[in-house]
Amino acid sequence: MRITVAALLLGLGLAGAAHAEGEARLDSANTNIKNMASLQRGAKYFVNYCLGCHSAKYVRYNRLAEDLQITEQQLVDNLMFTGEHASDTMANAMRPEDATRWFGVAPPDLSLIARSRGTDYLYTYLRGFYVDPSRPTGANNVVLRGTAMPAVLWELQGPQRAVFHADPEHPGQEVLERLEQIRPGELSAAQFDETVRDIVNFLDYIGEPIKRDREALGIRVIGFLLVFLLIAYLLKKEIWKDVH
Amino acid sequence: MASTEADVFDRLGRGLSALGAWIDKRFPMTKLMKEHATEYYAAKNFNVWYGFGVIATVVLVIQLVTGIFLTMNYKPSAEGAFASVEYIMRDVYWGWLIRYLHSTGASAFFIVVYLHMFRGLLYGSYKKPRELVWIIGMFIYFCLMAEAFFGYLLPWGNMSYWGAQVIVSLFGAIPVVGNGLAEWIRGDFYISDITLNRFFALHVAAVPLALIALVVVHIMALHEVGSNNPDGIEIKEYKDASGKPIDGVAFHPYHTSKDLVIVIVFLIAFSAAVFFAPDMGGYFLEHANFEPADPLKTPVHIAPVWYFTPFYAMLRAVPDKLLGIAFMASAVLLPLFLPWLDRCRVKSIRYRSWIYKIALAVFAVSFIALGYLGMQPPTQPIYVLCRIFTILYFAFFITMPFYSRVEKTKPVPTRVTS
Amino acid sequence: MAESKGFTRRHFLTVATAVTGGVGVIGTAVPFVASFKPSARAQALGAPVEFDVSKLEVGAMSKIEWRGHPIYIVHRSPEMLATLKKDESLLRDPKSESADSIQPSYAKNEYRSIRPAFLVLEGVCTHLGCAPSPRFEVAPADLGPAWPGGFFCPCHGSKFDLAGRVFMGVPAPANLGVPPYRFINDNTLLIGSDTGSS
Repeated sequence: MRITVAALLLGLGLAGAAHAEGEARLDSANTNIKNMASLQRGAKYFVNYCLGCHSAKYVRYNRLAEDLQITEQQLVDNLMFTGEHASDTMANAMRPEDATRWFGVAPPDLSLIARSRGTDYLYTYLRGFYVDPSRPTGANNVVLRGTAMPAVLWELQGPQRAVFHADPEHPGQEVLERLEQIRPGELSAAQFDETVRDIVNFLDYIGEPIKRDREALGIRVIGFLLVFLLIAYLLKKEIWKDVH
Repeated sequence: MASTEADVFDRLGRGLSALGAWIDKRFPMTKLMKEHATEYYAAKNFNVWYGFGVIATVVLVIQLVTGIFLTMNYKPSAEGAFASVEYIMRDVYWGWLIRYLHSTGASAFFIVVYLHMFRGLLYGSYKKPRELVWIIGMFIYFCLMAEAFFGYLLPWGNMSYWGAQVIVSLFGAIPVVGNGLAEWIRGDFYISDITLNRFFALHVAAVPLALIALVVVHIMALHEVGSNNPDGIEIKEYKDASGKPIDGVAFHPYHTSKDLVIVIVFLIAFSAAVFFAPDMGGYFLEHANFEPADPLKTPVHIAPVWYFTPFYAMLRAVPDKLLGIAFMASAVLLPLFLPWLDRCRVKSIRYRSWIYKIALAVFAVSFIALGYLGMQPPTQPIYVLCRIFTILYFAFFITMPFYSRVEKTKPVPTRVTS
Repeated sequence: MAESKGFTRRHFLTVATAVTGGVGVIGTAVPFVASFKPSARAQALGAPVEFDVSKLEVGAMSKIEWRGHPIYIVHRSPEMLATLKKDESLLRDPKSESADSIQPSYAKNEYRSIRPAFLVLEGVCTHLGCAPSPRFEVAPADLGPAWPGGFFCPCHGSKFDLAGRVFMGVPAPANLGVPPYRFINDNTLLIGSDTGSS
């Protein structure tokens, strides 16, 4: 247990260092939380591929339905499989003790992952798994080396292999050169990218559900303040007109 | 005779006057209004720099009101805090707005207060007879730093936890009493639920009360001697026949109407931040704080929030931990002594020498540079720059008694200029 | 003659500023006042509750909680239902006509329920809020020979019949309340909702 935690911390530390040195270059996610169709697809993929291990415990199903403009029937049919109520939150059944035993670390809750890691990180991460027989899951990741997460989108993407070369700046160490497709998956590369983009878009939305609305409101507030500014300025000028 | 609209207003006016007279016999309402607003005279040539005091008061009110409403839904326990913040963001009607107003308000408070203090440096507002106004203001600044420090732990995010861990451990570095002191502050052997609960009490009750009291006293001290102005001259020296300063205008309605404009401009900028960029790229709401506190996982870069980074940079610049703390504390305390470090009799930078202008410019640049450097990862070139700017920061205060005595000043006008 | 005040530009601008400022203050106050409303979590916790009546034996009562209140569900026997007609002269409000008697329209009948067999009541005495005890046995020693079966509140002695209707001469002023509810199928009650979807 301690060795696992230590290995994980070491992995995280290395990832941190690698990140700081810019080894894993992040691809642009180009998500758009105003794209309703993308969010709806992302919700579906999320529930099917992620909710088994991860929770999104601050997300309420009925709020999701309202924001994604789907009816309660569509919600129940497509997104709710285990008999919860629409007013429940997206919890998952895996107990943290079990998760830690099976994976070495409990899969983190994903409600806020887009706010803490950023969409580019998540987009690159979900597309960055490669075959690595030395790992317990058989997979590793270019963004987070030593990740405990298995490559759950394997079948859609098709397995990848990582090609390294010697690092000119640090002798004895390797640097990632590129990822190569071993076999095609169910989706083409472009289709898979789009699928991941939908998932990341959904993660971005659940990170802050109010984001679209707050910008719209902001325009009205600032508009009002500009009108108020004009009136107050005219008043000030009038009051000060005899002062020189 | 039929009563007309004018009669109604007339009767209303007379009724209010009667009410006012009744109150005035029992409470100095009109007296206070005259002393502090309608017959308090301040210079007519106030520029933008003079608006930041009012704006700071507006931000204080924003923080108090939003803070109270946050407290209605926040849970000050290690178990519940992080979840309660997301509860406010998602489940409470308009909770997201109240939260963003408070988080943006915290950063806005420091921007405004730093600019407000800088005005003092520009126009010599700390000089006689306003030394006490300045000292009380410095204590407001110290309280504000404490308030921000206590408040930052409350969301119980990972940066909250580790930031508190680092700062409290600084106290641990003090010889002899250090470890006991750190334990006494924490109330526990590590930053825990106990620490969180007491920081909550301090942040929500103790420090706000102190802040309100200090702001009241700050304004009273100011009104006792009268406000300064961009020319640094005392307008009370030239009064007209009725005893009113020639270069002054009544605070109400002149400065109130002008301040309203300035406050609205501030609110526009503030709203832009709240509605369009509440994270401010990770400077107002840090990325690492969207993960719950984890004693086993340190964030990749621990840095305090941007408003503390100038002092953090100084701390890191000094290789010895205790000496670094001493430097950092001195840096915060030194401005307190400006009224006595500055020997120049001319108040405003408009009439002072090029030496002071350069010194002040270097000081401002150093403070901002240190702020930027405090956010960077600790590499060797960063260390060197931190040391240079720390020296320049201290040089501003240390050299001042010497050059300010002998600097060549321009003649100060008797009447204010525009 | 009334004299009109000269509307100076300054006067006009002052009023305009005050009015705009007032609108701004009210607009700012609205979110704060609205934040007091029951949050999404409160509404989730107060969501309707399901109850399976197929397990409830004849003559038995179950207690569940909804929105912090006890809800009584009674499976009434034909004998229990027969007592309802007999004692109408002893009741304060036998037809539930008083404004104080809270029940949905579908419970404003002689049985005070959708289906006569199942009574759904709020177990909150209309006097001062205690939970009345179920006393379904006829003529027990402490309640006297005239007791038809019903509910007896231990706090101040209020009495209600087997449809929750209050007797005369007791402190409670009104019948026990009936919450909104409906049958989503033959065996399942949904308490807290009577409209289409929960």
